[in-house]
Amino acid sequence: MLHTVNKSPFEKNSLDSCLRLAASGSAILLIEDAVYAAVQGTAVEEKIKAAAQDKKIYALGPDLKARGLDEGRVIDGVTVVDYGGFVDLAAESDKIQSWL
Amino acid sequence: MSEEDTMEEGGTIKRFLYVNRRAPYGSVYALESLEVVLIGAAFEQDVSMLFLDDGVYQLKKGQDTKDIDMKNFSPTYRALEMYDVEKLYVDKESMDERGLTTDDLVVPVEVMDRAQVTDLMEQQEVIFNF
Repeated sequence: MLHTVNKSPFEKNSLDSCLRLAASGSAILLIEDAVYAAVQGTAVEEKIKAAAQDKKIYALGPDLKARGLDEGRVIDGVTVVDYGGFVDLAAESDKIQSWL
Repeated sequence: MSEEDTMEEGGTIKRFLYVNRRAPYGSVYALESLEVVLIGAAFEQDVSMLFLDDGVYQLKKGQDTKDIDMKNFSPTYRALEMYDVEKLYVDKESMDERGLTTDDLVVPVEVMDRAQVTDLMEQQEVIFNF
């Protein structure tokens, strides 16, 4: 399953709930304000690193760029994808859950 | 052949899960979810509802919206059974965090721990998030 999260982890608990309940092996794509969770040096970095142990974590490049976040400062284990990568993730997943 | 027969022949039944994560009156999500659940049920889909995070507040007993000029839709959860929506699940951790127990809820629900919630989501074919 692909999970998308689109809220800042500092505003909503969408990311926390997603990380708590997503099955091992799931793909989690951070989009819109959720990309703030993808960069190094924040209070949620450890949560992302822990999740990356058994899940695949992605962040949407255009949303990082729009917010002035450097792709080079993304947490190790997080893969940056473009819109085509988003489409591929969606197409290869049996279902998608959007954590709003 | 009646219209109903045609629908039945052409229809596919899928497992639909509606995930509710918002409190009832601060936004329109909870009410909209109920509307879409009833549509799913009308098309005879295999419908389940999961209440998670602030979504558990949708089921709180004793809601009285007279003084905020909004419709109290909490009685609708009790009517869902008539529409064959019988699978209502609540995340235990969300309920515990908010100091709620099943005694506080307007309908009987199945309480699930996090592993059960994960399994429930994995078993679905379509997931709607509200």
